[in-house]
Amino acid sequence: MKNVWLPQNLTQLWACLDNEPDARFFAGGTDLLVQMRSRKVEAAAWIGLEKINEIKGIDEDKGSIRIGACVTHAQLLRHPLIAGKLSLLHKAIATLGSPPIRTMGTIGGNICTASPAGDTLPPLYVLQAEVEIFSFKGTQRLPIRDFISGPGRTKLQQGEILAAIHIKPSSGTDLHHFEKVGQRKSMCCAIASFAALWSLSSSGRIEKARLAWGSVGPTIVMDQDIEGFLIGKKLTRETLDRAAQLVEQRVAPIDDVRASADYRRKVSGHLLLRLLHFTQGCARRHIRDKGVADPPIG
Amino acid sequence: MKIQFILNGEEIHLDVAADRRVVDLLREDLGFTGTKEGCGAGECGACSILVNGEHRLSCLMVAAQLAGAEIVTIEGLSGEKGFHPLQEAFIREGAVQCGFCTPGMIIAAEALLKSNPNPTREEIRSGLSGNLCRCTGYQKIVDAVSEASRIGKKTT
Repeated sequence: MKNVWLPQNLTQLWACLDNEPDARFFAGGTDLLVQMRSRKVEAAAWIGLEKINEIKGIDEDKGSIRIGACVTHAQLLRHPLIAGKLSLLHKAIATLGSPPIRTMGTIGGNICTASPAGDTLPPLYVLQAEVEIFSFKGTQRLPIRDFISGPGRTKLQQGEILAAIHIKPSSGTDLHHFEKVGQRKSMCCAIASFAALWSLSSSGRIEKARLAWGSVGPTIVMDQDIEGFLIGKKLTRETLDRAAQLVEQRVAPIDDVRASADYRRKVSGHLLLRLLHFTQGCARRHIRDKGVADPPIG
Repeated sequence: MKIQFILNGEEIHLDVAADRRVVDLLREDLGFTGTKEGCGAGECGACSILVNGEHRLSCLMVAAQLAGAEIVTIEGLSGEKGFHPLQEAFIREGAVQCGFCTPGMIIAAEALLKSNPNPTREEIRSGLSGNLCRCTGYQKIVDAVSEASRIGKKTT
């Protein structure tokens, strides 16, 4: 039998850690209990973080949104700030797991599990989220792409917990898209996923492009060369076809039970073509709603 | 560890290993075998229970997490007056084949109808998307939940 502690606040948490320095943390438990069952993880004791108020809640302050690490996916989906200002993240979470998994699982758990297939990760990377880390000594902040160091690995040291995620919502003129390719709609682990945030100039040239792929590398794939190739070019099928070739070279997928590496490479490139599809869709809606063809598409 | 919680309206005091899975505690320690274990990994929904009114999976929870909580299992839905409207609808619509997924389906449907009393068929499918029926009788299950929501509207 292992001890399970559920501290009610940070003071209790640090006291708990003093007594059980080798304990491991869990939040929603949706990954941990599966791993325990297959005996993939062992620990002297478990500390559940679900009752600690300091790492719950969603607030907005000075144009930045702070999401407590123990906020569940279901709470995020219901929250007007997430649906209204972080719709890219909202779209990704809507594809995560199933209703009970979303009720139990937390955004902090999804980040700390650091799976290459973690559904919240591609949007958090393109939104340039920062993580806030608490320890007995104090707090620190890190960009999420520096926090996740490998498959299943983060920069968290012993005695530290992920406390919150900070995100500055992007400007209203940015376009964004999230898509997950899987074998079914619900309870599916991504074969490949893609998050994109981009903007166009009045002449239809790409001004900003932040792109992230999940499940096609040891961690989330972002590539400056792909983004650099797109900046300043007109958003056309030809541009995206050429960028997609670059994507196929830069992703580093593996074969597994869900899909082959070849398929993942191909689909990663094809997902990029959605930028045209969705930009045109936005333009059509704009013409319909406003009666003018603005923003123009190259 | 000693824990106290409410199970189907009754206060339970238990001395149990803190890391005992809730599905084992319910089925083996307390004899509430209506809650089933299918996959044991959160994929199938057969072990669904309501924890403080929310749909959770008892195979992915440990005993310590029950302390102070209010739990409802399938046994808690029917009362002295008979079956719950969802159970009645499952019988009437022929939504039960082998029956193994049924308790989890009904718990998931109860959670869905509490938050959305008037769901579309698509919303029912989405609300039940964490529950597998290996007999693949989904059509009848969706019919039953839809029927229960219509009856619910009439009685309230």
